[in-house]
Amino acid sequence: MSSAQPAIELIGISKAFGPVQANRDISIRVAPGTIHGIIGENGAGKSTLMSILYGFYRADRGEIFINGRKTDISDSQAAIAAGIGMVFQHFKLVENFTVLENVILGAEDGALLRPSLAKARKELAALSSEYGLDVDPDAVIERIGVGFQQRVEILKALYRRADILILDEPTGVLTPAEADQLFRILHRLKEEGKTIILITHKLREIMEATDTVSVMRRGEMVATRKTAETGPEELAELMVGRKVLLRVDKTPARPGAEVLAIHDLKVTDPAGVLRLKGIDLTLRAGEILGLAGVAGNGQSELLEVLGGMLPALGTVTGSIRMQGRDLALTGAAGDGKARRAAQIGHVPEDRQRAGLVMDFFAWENIAFGYHADTAYQRSGLFMDNGALRREAADKMDRYDVRPPDPWLKAKNFSGGNQQKIVLAREIERKPALLLVGQPTRGVDIGAIEFIHKEIVALRDAGAAILLVSVELDEILSLSDRIAVMFDGRIMGERLPDETDEKELGLLMAGMDARASGEAA
Amino acid sequence: MEKMPAWADVILIPLISLVLAAFISALVILFIGQSPAEALKLMVTGALGSTYGWGYTLYYATNFIFTGLAVTVAFHARLFNIGGEGQAMLGGLGVAIACLYVPWPHWSIALVAASISGAVFGAAWAAIPAWLQAKRGSHIVITTIMFNFIASAVLNYVLVNVMRPKGSMDPATERFSQTIHLPTLHEILLPFGIPFSKAPPANISFIVAILACLAVWALIWRTRLGYEIRAYGHTETGAVYAGISPVKITVITMLISGGLAGLMGINNVMGEAERLVLNATEGAGFIGIAVALMGRGHPAGVFLAAILFGFLYQGGTELALWTSIPRELIVVIQALVILFTGALDNMVRTPLQQIFMALRRKES
Repeated sequence: MSSAQPAIELIGISKAFGPVQANRDISIRVAPGTIHGIIGENGAGKSTLMSILYGFYRADRGEIFINGRKTDISDSQAAIAAGIGMVFQHFKLVENFTVLENVILGAEDGALLRPSLAKARKELAALSSEYGLDVDPDAVIERIGVGFQQRVEILKALYRRADILILDEPTGVLTPAEADQLFRILHRLKEEGKTIILITHKLREIMEATDTVSVMRRGEMVATRKTAETGPEELAELMVGRKVLLRVDKTPARPGAEVLAIHDLKVTDPAGVLRLKGIDLTLRAGEILGLAGVAGNGQSELLEVLGGMLPALGTVTGSIRMQGRDLALTGAAGDGKARRAAQIGHVPEDRQRAGLVMDFFAWENIAFGYHADTAYQRSGLFMDNGALRREAADKMDRYDVRPPDPWLKAKNFSGGNQQKIVLAREIERKPALLLVGQPTRGVDIGAIEFIHKEIVALRDAGAAILLVSVELDEILSLSDRIAVMFDGRIMGERLPDETDEKELGLLMAGMDARASGEAA
Repeated sequence: MEKMPAWADVILIPLISLVLAAFISALVILFIGQSPAEALKLMVTGALGSTYGWGYTLYYATNFIFTGLAVTVAFHARLFNIGGEGQAMLGGLGVAIACLYVPWPHWSIALVAASISGAVFGAAWAAIPAWLQAKRGSHIVITTIMFNFIASAVLNYVLVNVMRPKGSMDPATERFSQTIHLPTLHEILLPFGIPFSKAPPANISFIVAILACLAVWALIWRTRLGYEIRAYGHTETGAVYAGISPVKITVITMLISGGLAGLMGINNVMGEAERLVLNATEGAGFIGIAVALMGRGHPAGVFLAAILFGFLYQGGTELALWTSIPRELIVVIQALVILFTGALDNMVRTPLQQIFMALRRKES
């Protein structure tokens, strides 16, 4: 440990929400002028700890020292006064304000805006050149990309004279290229003497960007390491508390007959916006096709039309052939029930709003979507709830859902266990095609391993799998073939062994490196 | 993680809310110079102290059970049916038509026919707002409220211009035939040797209301339709994912809801008045909303809440009769009960949750 005064020192921080101990006796020292990573699974208590530091919550016990001085952070104003700035995962920007207006929001001096704006414009120019944060001060937020919006958040903090910046899962919404730019900015900030705390659940980012890393598990700080002296394997083990397999163990695919053929599929949403602009895709039995892309480029719409979830309004043209038969694109013949009858299973992107009814018991959820099956009916009128409960108990046992209690509501399970319930329901029916959207979003590492294994097992049993994920690591390690979507189109297909994150990242941003290379 | 045991949610919260409402009511009564203790005593003896009182309490409760169930069923699909009043009015019309224009040989057959007719009329009245909601996105709260006014106007027209007997000055139909007179509780209990007051209008519809509670319970928690209604109510995206048609569920749920409200006609029109009069519903459709809120989506809760409001209605009438407390004060008391049990639910719930969490922490 260096003898220099730490920029932040937390001693014995504890915080409980009712019976849940979110933070337990946490102590941490962050050296000034460094990037300090905090890593941990969902629910490990990272966000709670940072919320305490930023004055959203008050710790039940413990002390906070900023630059060696004991500081009482009672609200976010006090945090700002202490020189702490926070960049949230979900930006807190006013969409129809300009960059400049957003920057002074809450920091205006006086009732008239004009002097504040003029002052801020000058200062923003200085900040931009000092840290390489190029942003047009007069651009309206809703018209600039997410990468730039994030810079505005950083500028907001700097404008308030923050010396300590906390970034909460900053790369969740960024393309790989945008993430790289962000890390360059963070390094520049560090060189200028700022202290940065980076909260993430991505091991790669920790290894890439930080000097020191602290690992949290179940509300406790389990270890702090110099990043150079540790590796992803050790960090993953510390996060989960046991050895984890980071790579997916799978044999090469043996593709069989064609299962799904999509031709010139176009989807217009109810607002009249063309979301899919002519998709062509084929998928064979026994292979996993990974669909990469930044969220909002048409992957969701593709999953929805395949899963029969498209809103009643809007139009769909083109064709979808499933096992040699054309599927209806709209109407009752193209709804979720019809898709299930055509042997299409669907693990939806949003399990909390679509895949599960959060207020239903686990046993009610185990048949969700298949609840009209004759196996679940006791007579024409009544459902056989006993059969549902038996099936739920059985499937929860086999998919290691914890706790294995069919009488627990879906909302009371962790993200990983919720996803296991959805997977148990969809996989156990041996679909010919399984649609999988964001299978590990909000899922802890331990469960990720399990979920990946089940998906590969289904592939090996001969199912075709369409995987949509914003996590490139997941796409690369799980897919047998990768298609990249941008702006409602397939930008290209690659084999995972013959591509890398950089190439995929360019495709995701709408640039075809190969094509432009050939042209040059 | 459930924050409270179930019994606290189901029993303790409504009870505390009631006590609070009673306390404020007592203050109001005190304020106008009357004795709250006397008033309470009068209400209890007036509504529950005799079979006469019980007869009225149960008669009102029967109305509220039907309209409360109507709101409850719709609520499971996240549809707020404010139109119970209008649907009950139209249900009454359906009952009257069935009773007036067919010479039924026996009351039991007439009751079945009138039930069906009333339910169909009520359902039909709910169908239009349901269709507008499902297909056009017109908010069901707004449309059902408007349909209450339309129902009132329709009834006015029909009673004045179509169904009024020639020469009558009263906007009401003629009396139903005595052969289809529904047995009152007095007549039902007499063979068992249980004496029950002859006067009050409580009748066999009360039994039908209890059966309706059981049917709604089975519908919501035991049938596939109920499963789909609840799923749709919790998450529309989820329903679409599961292949449940939002249009279908919206329309069917509202038909059932309107049908239940329409069923009320067998109690107030066929059982009590034995003819259709203007404003036969007397606001029971609106009380149904409060009953459903207090009943917490469960038919058993609706049943108990309906009895409570029946008590308030009958007790209030007694109060107005025997004291100088104005009739309007009863409305104040009812409003306080609705306010505390419905609207201010969280005022009681949040502190109670904190108490329970503190207790649990102490245990562990």
